[in-house]
Amino acid sequence: MNSVGEACTELKREYDQCFNRWFAEKFLKGDRSGDPCTETFRRYQRCVQKAIKEKDIPVDGVEFMGPNKDKPES
Amino acid sequence: MVKYFCSNIDIKSTWDHVVSAFWQRYPNPFSTHVLTEDVVYRELTADHRLLSRRLLMKTNRLPRWAERLFPAGMSRSVYIVEDSIVDPVERSLTTYTWNLNHTTLMSVEERCVFLESVEHPATTQLKREAWISSSIYGFSKPIQEFGLARFKSNQVKALKGLEYALTNLQGTSRLLALFRKQTSQKNPQPLSLQPALTEPFLTHAHTHTLTHYNPVGDFTL
Repeated sequence: MNSVGEACTELKREYDQCFNRWFAEKFLKGDRSGDPCTETFRRYQRCVQKAIKEKDIPVDGVEFMGPNKDKPES
Repeated sequence: MVKYFCSNIDIKSTWDHVVSAFWQRYPNPFSTHVLTEDVVYRELTADHRLLSRRLLMKTNRLPRWAERLFPAGMSRSVYIVEDSIVDPVERSLTTYTWNLNHTTLMSVEERCVFLESVEHPATTQLKREAWISSSIYGFSKPIQEFGLARFKSNQVKALKGLEYALTNLQGTSRLLALFRKQTSQKNPQPLSLQPALTEPFLTHAHTHTLTHYNPVGDFTL
């Protein structure tokens, strides 16, 4: 899948590959040894955060699970 | 006024498979309106939960009557935030998704909870809720109706997309298992490349809401 930053798609692909493997083979199996994808994530983030700024996408400062807090519990 | 939607669906696949497929569901043939997808935040908490934020960009196709509510030259892309928490101990995935721009025209907020079924561990229960609102003076009611109808149609596409990702994932893992078995044998036989899955994943939808609806586009999630 493409990144919002055209130049970041290859970095994203590398990170996704690393993450998906870690997620299925370590995280879900309860293996708490370190995250092997930190470096690829950092490279990918440098690229994508720059693209977000350039495109003026208003994601900065949005609270995690933001509007969820106003919703009635179900 | 806000339109509310709720559905409960059983996905005939293990929770591990569903949450793995969740990250790999784009691109798929049912989500051609999703143009880009990025992880913009990720954190592994001390209690071993995974927090993620993804940013999606989607096209904003509107019916003609709604087009005139849009100022000319306004961006036609919709940015969507998808926050999620995976808890591998509780066996739950909770997602919260909403649009960042064009919120005056229409705001769609969606919460999904994927839980491992207690009675049937090979099944994952999905509860999907959505809140749809509009602040366009004089038009909020038809816009909300339109948004709700489209949400209903898109949630079917979203499930088909997830099902597609599950098929790919299980196909790959079956092929790998076959390959490992094959390579550990003394006299390997040729690999048989049969379709990994022939049965549908969705066994039972508790709510049937698609009665009188003709999909016209893809504003919502």
